[in-house]
Amino acid sequence: MNNILLILQREFWTRVKSKSFLLTTFLAPIGIVVFYAALFFIMSRGSDNVKNLAVIDNAGIVDQSETKRNNLTLSYDYSDLETAKAAYLAEKIDGIIELPPISTDVTNYDIVFHSDEQLAIDETSTIERLYSKKVRNFKIQTLGIDQSQLDLIDTDLNVSPKTIKETAKDISSLTSTVSSVLGGIVGFLLFMMVMIYGSQVMRSVSEEKINRIVEVLISSIKPFQLMMGKILGVGSVGLLQVLIWAVLMIVISIVGTSILGISAMDFGGDTAAITEAMTQEGIKLDENVVGVMKELSSINWAMIVPLYIFYFLVGYLTYSALFAAVGSAMGDDIQDAQALTMVATLPMIIAFYIAIAAVTAPHSTMAVWSSILPFFGPVVMPVRLALDPPMWQIVASVLSSIVTVIALTWLAGRIYRIGILMYGKKASFKELGKWIFYNG
Amino acid sequence: MAVLSLDNVVKQYSNHRAVDGVTFDVEEGSIFGLLGPNGAGKTSLIRIITTITAADEGTVMINGEPLNSRHPSQIGYLPEERGLYKKMEVGDQLLFLAQLKGLEKRDAKKKIDFWFERFEITDWWTKKVQELSKGMQQKIQFISTVVHEPKLLILDEPFSGLDPINTNLIKDEIYRLNQEGTSIIFSTHRMEQVEEVCEDIVLINQGRVVLNGKVNDIKETYKENIFRIGYKGSKPSLSSNKYSVISQSNDDITIQMTAEMGSNELLNDLIRQGVDIDSYNEIKPTINEIFIKKVGETNE
Repeated sequence: MNNILLILQREFWTRVKSKSFLLTTFLAPIGIVVFYAALFFIMSRGSDNVKNLAVIDNAGIVDQSETKRNNLTLSYDYSDLETAKAAYLAEKIDGIIELPPISTDVTNYDIVFHSDEQLAIDETSTIERLYSKKVRNFKIQTLGIDQSQLDLIDTDLNVSPKTIKETAKDISSLTSTVSSVLGGIVGFLLFMMVMIYGSQVMRSVSEEKINRIVEVLISSIKPFQLMMGKILGVGSVGLLQVLIWAVLMIVISIVGTSILGISAMDFGGDTAAITEAMTQEGIKLDENVVGVMKELSSINWAMIVPLYIFYFLVGYLTYSALFAAVGSAMGDDIQDAQALTMVATLPMIIAFYIAIAAVTAPHSTMAVWSSILPFFGPVVMPVRLALDPPMWQIVASVLSSIVTVIALTWLAGRIYRIGILMYGKKASFKELGKWIFYNG
Repeated sequence: MAVLSLDNVVKQYSNHRAVDGVTFDVEEGSIFGLLGPNGAGKTSLIRIITTITAADEGTVMINGEPLNSRHPSQIGYLPEERGLYKKMEVGDQLLFLAQLKGLEKRDAKKKIDFWFERFEITDWWTKKVQELSKGMQQKIQFISTVVHEPKLLILDEPFSGLDPINTNLIKDEIYRLNQEGTSIIFSTHRMEQVEEVCEDIVLINQGRVVLNGKVNDIKETYKENIFRIGYKGSKPSLSSNKYSVISQSNDDITIQMTAEMGSNELLNDLIRQGVDIDSYNEIKPTINEIFIKKVGETNE
């Protein structure tokens, strides 16, 4: 145990003290924020030169008081196309919008833009948005449709579930969405963790093998202790990094809120207090936000949170053991390494896609069985957890995860102890199988 | 008493027997040579002794006790293929490796400081291994092998890659540790070093023990009664059925005698002839010659 701790500490501190850890931990979130800010800035900037356009309204639908829309100024000074064209040639205007005559039976209406210069995409859409509304209003008026009747045509549709047995938990339509999203986040976190840190375990194992220090290490401690120390050490680094990111995200969102005035949604807070505060602020309550809050407070956190943590840890341990075994079988040949890496990442990727499918169909046969199966359970089950799957499925899934993690670390340990001492030849899968049954 | 004792040790891999019934003892306080050509099974044997792998059959005893999990802390092992964490600081690295051998942190630090002073490298603590030259790295590796004061030291080609100055430095340290009671197993295929350093040897080929014993005894056993006589004056004319001349020059002659003839008999013969002798030596085979001969025999 003491030896595992020593290995864990070394793995942890050499990583945490390294420049790349500091860079990825603190600069990555800032980088992401800067990236999105830049993206937002770029996207919000359209064409910035103002265009003077003349409008020739042969349809009789325009509102002449409207002289500016975005970066287009509109003038109605020219009565016909010819005078407007003359003005264009005299460089008084940059183009002419010609609205042809219109009737109620027109379903395809072409506005003509006269100019030798092309319109920018955002300018085109400005013009389209401006006149589609006008055409619609023209038709409503001409056809004599009552606005209040029109409002009645559009209907919002919802499927709201209602329980039949009195003992069943009351579920609202939002429950499934909210809980699947939560489970999805847990699944996604696990996926990221395994992909980033699992492969770090693999690299660390193969590095020790390639630089030969492993022979010194395992003359002092058991290979299994070395492997476990490594998995736990790298895992702790991952947890620390995720934690720092979470804190940074909260800090950034608070700072962002106070500077930009964007209201951040405070999940897990007291719904009633927030609702009240929002009402007092005179903000129009978005029903969905309140609904989400309500759903979040009705979920059985006492059971689900420990299970989330359980699946996260077990999932990480299972996959990183697999990565460790794969790392031990690698030589310094990169091509072999890639083929072997596939073996470890493939089940994770498949599990991730099943989890995505399970968000929309959490009770499908595939979702149910894969949440119990080894390798898939820790990724798929979290997605289903908040939807109250039958207890036997949870128990089966937990048991199968535990059995898997024990069996796999044992198997990985068997492969690892042989693999780290094998040099110079490519390990076939048949050979990996043989290593499991070798005597020490 | 034997610090290490192997009895009929076997290690079987799927398609070959790397160690095939090896038996030998290493006496406490000795410098013991483990010899063999490449692929003879030396590394497999060392890995069994260092508990990296386990024997399939036979017993390995350390100080009369079957090999167990307490023993690694009493063994220091310098593998032939050296390896350290390239990006880790020298001091931290040695501290880590010493702790793995069961030393307390404070104790380990004291011992590392002792070695740093001994090798005059006190300013190396915060250097990264990758900043050091290969010879410097070897020193660090050596410290990591002996820092926990092992009772049994296993050195696999300890001088490979070292310049003559560092070779002497390490050699002196090995002698000193041996003087202080450390038993040393010295694995190599460089025979001149074996003759210089070792008292006892075992020669392994194809997983089996070919030769085992004291260096001098082995030489005695494999000597071929060859004498070299240096002389002044005229060439002696030697003709006898008891010996044959191997080579002769103006001032020396090399003779091989039959087993039953004593060396004094030859000397008498020469004196009778009035040869003016100025040197008279028995030519014993080098370990290298014995090695090549025995390996050649077992490979046939």
